[in-house]
Amino acid sequence: MAHAYVPEIAVDREGNEHVVQGWQDDFYGGKLGFWLFMLTEVMMFGGMFLALAYYNTLHPQDFLDASASLNRLLGGTNTVILLISALTMGLGLLKMRAGDVKGSKLMIWATILLAVLFLVIKGFEWTAEYNHGIFLMHGEMLPESTMAFGKKLFFGMYFTMTGLHGFHIIIGIGLMIWLLKRINAGKVSPEHYILHFNIALYWDIVHLIWVFVFPYYYMIGAATGGTSGH
Amino acid sequence: MSKTYFDETHCAIGHPKSTFMQWMLTIDHKRIGIMYAAVMFTFFFVAVATAFLMRLELFAPGQQYIDGDTFNQAFTLHGVIMIFLFIVPGIPAIFGNIVMPLMIGAKDVSFPRLNWFTFWLYILGCIIAVSSLWVGNGFADTGWTFYAPYSLNTGTNVIFTLVAAFILGMASILTGLNFLVTIHRLRAPGMTFFKMPLFVWGIYATAWIQLLATPVVGITLVLAIMEKYFGIGIFDPAKGGDPVLFEHLFWIYSHPAVYLMILPAFGIMSEIIPVFSRREIFGYRTIALSSASIAGIGYLVWGHHLYTSGMADIAKTVFSFLTFFVAIPTGIKFYDWIATMYKGKIVLSTPMLWALGTIITFAIGGLTGVTIAMIGVDIHLQDTYYTVAHFHYAMLGGVVFLLFAGMHYWFPLVTGKMYDEEKAKIAFYLNFIGFNLLWFPMFIAGYLGMPRRYFDYLPEFQIYHQISFFGAIIFIVGLVYMFYVLIQGWRKGEKVGVNPWRATTLEWHLPSSPPPLENHSKVPYVDFDPYEYFHGEPVVKFDANMRRID
Repeated sequence: MAHAYVPEIAVDREGNEHVVQGWQDDFYGGKLGFWLFMLTEVMMFGGMFLALAYYNTLHPQDFLDASASLNRLLGGTNTVILLISALTMGLGLLKMRAGDVKGSKLMIWATILLAVLFLVIKGFEWTAEYNHGIFLMHGEMLPESTMAFGKKLFFGMYFTMTGLHGFHIIIGIGLMIWLLKRINAGKVSPEHYILHFNIALYWDIVHLIWVFVFPYYYMIGAATGGTSGH
Repeated sequence: MSKTYFDETHCAIGHPKSTFMQWMLTIDHKRIGIMYAAVMFTFFFVAVATAFLMRLELFAPGQQYIDGDTFNQAFTLHGVIMIFLFIVPGIPAIFGNIVMPLMIGAKDVSFPRLNWFTFWLYILGCIIAVSSLWVGNGFADTGWTFYAPYSLNTGTNVIFTLVAAFILGMASILTGLNFLVTIHRLRAPGMTFFKMPLFVWGIYATAWIQLLATPVVGITLVLAIMEKYFGIGIFDPAKGGDPVLFEHLFWIYSHPAVYLMILPAFGIMSEIIPVFSRREIFGYRTIALSSASIAGIGYLVWGHHLYTSGMADIAKTVFSFLTFFVAIPTGIKFYDWIATMYKGKIVLSTPMLWALGTIITFAIGGLTGVTIAMIGVDIHLQDTYYTVAHFHYAMLGGVVFLLFAGMHYWFPLVTGKMYDEEKAKIAFYLNFIGFNLLWFPMFIAGYLGMPRRYFDYLPEFQIYHQISFFGAIIFIVGLVYMFYVLIQGWRKGEKVGVNPWRATTLEWHLPSSPPPLENHSKVPYVDFDPYEYFHGEPVVKFDANMRRID
């Protein structure tokens, strides 16, 4: 296992020794790999933001109106929740590196709780929108409804992107539970915390995406005097 | 007798006793590469058979063997298999896996378990793609590009193909990620970026494209699925969506994907040319940097697929201009290869023959691409057989030919044996003649107006289709014969030593042939360039401990 790994030595012509980097114990390799993975997430959500921005230029007024009807109070609360959860996640990592395993686990539990809270609030929001006749394959979103094209596109993208973001939150919760199991099994420790580090990175990208999703969906219509909530 | 990687392996889970399970669970990059090759070439022949079915139908005007709808499904199946299952993952998954870690002196890739997972993700994608042949309303009939709005309305199983392409894309991303980290972290001490073999440069540039472009097509396919099943409206003009947006998003990935296919192939070319010219490669840095610049410029040219789709004139002009730019780094590579051969001691072994043949076929494929990059010419030639001939010259005559070149070049490395060179050369000539006979008439037919993806045509085009048909027969015979020769070589070939080609890169300095499980017995210190020849002889020599003794 990783603990027993002894790196090989290469010798140059002058007889100097050089450590050979192996894949078995490569903290920076693991970090680099996860940063690259986050780049793919950025490209993926970037593609959707591109489509969103394109339709925004085609239907500017519809977008503002549709945005004004979203619930900014719940959306804003969720933003705060996610930002706090990013803080707890980061604190958990710091505690792990400082050797405080117990405190670290507590912070991970706090992050999980906040993530669940986020999903619950998201669920209330979606339910309210469903009751107002706005949901995928339902009410105003059906082909025969007369709602403006721009609004349909806005809400179509809204459910797709927040849905995909919510899916990332669920995966994140799964990852954190797995992380707790690994910590309990002693596989993640103050000496070997690459998994913890990468899951913290993952949680960063999840909240970072939300930081862009929130203003683009909830805030652009705020200035038009739409009501906060329904 | 030392043990080779065929005798022992590390596994992802546990230590299974049976040989079969050891293969299924292996995390050894060499074994995974071989499994990729086995699966991919199986699918390759399925797609070749589908193509032959289309050629058969097109032998005469009118309907003979299959109807129009089946024909649509046939070219979709051909395209989906060839693009998503074979040629996009092809060279990185096979030779990137087998050879790249050996070339940089690594024991394996950076994340061997992820590599194993990626392989099975790829298999899952293949199963989903192919399974739609037998369930529901049959295989998709949209063409491999799934253009909206037709793909949203057709009754065939587009969902299977979309999901499969998404999963295969994920496998592609993870492969690229793995290779990027491997190349950054696991190079032997002393091996700077400009001391890496050029194949590694090709894989490196490719990995960036896999990483940055594939997520865009992934999300495009997800959006298409959302559109088709949840009616979000994004690509459907009936709901305010814009189908051209789909084309943009699709080609933002799929055009870089073209370079994703060709860059590692160019890498193989850059390995073979110096070895069989017994000369240091000409312009090492220009080849390495041109790979990187092709990868970069490749992002900015997707619009040339949309000249006739409805795009602003200024955008067309810009895309046309940028497309010409790709020809520059590609041209640099060609001059470098030819300059390498100049005054070299050329050995016409089979890999070199394939490489030389590719210089001809890819030059045709590349230059015909420049002509259709011009807006005016493209209006005439878009969606004709000219375009079909162009990209088959570039993809088949470029990428796949170089894949075959690499297959002949690294065959002794993988198997420890040698195929029959005389027979392999015959196979090459059969392929080369058949290939040109098959595709060249299509340039003429397309120029005269034969549209692509039609299952019927006017009688004046018959002569071109018939020449193509006979070319196809020679080509298929050549392909089958080539694989026969290689398989015979693996079963009964003569055992050869670790470096039969007298090559200089690290994968030819292994302790045994075939290589042992963890590759190099000792990792060398790399203070030399990858292709150092002096008077036709390799310069760098090692003792048993991989210390330089020259």
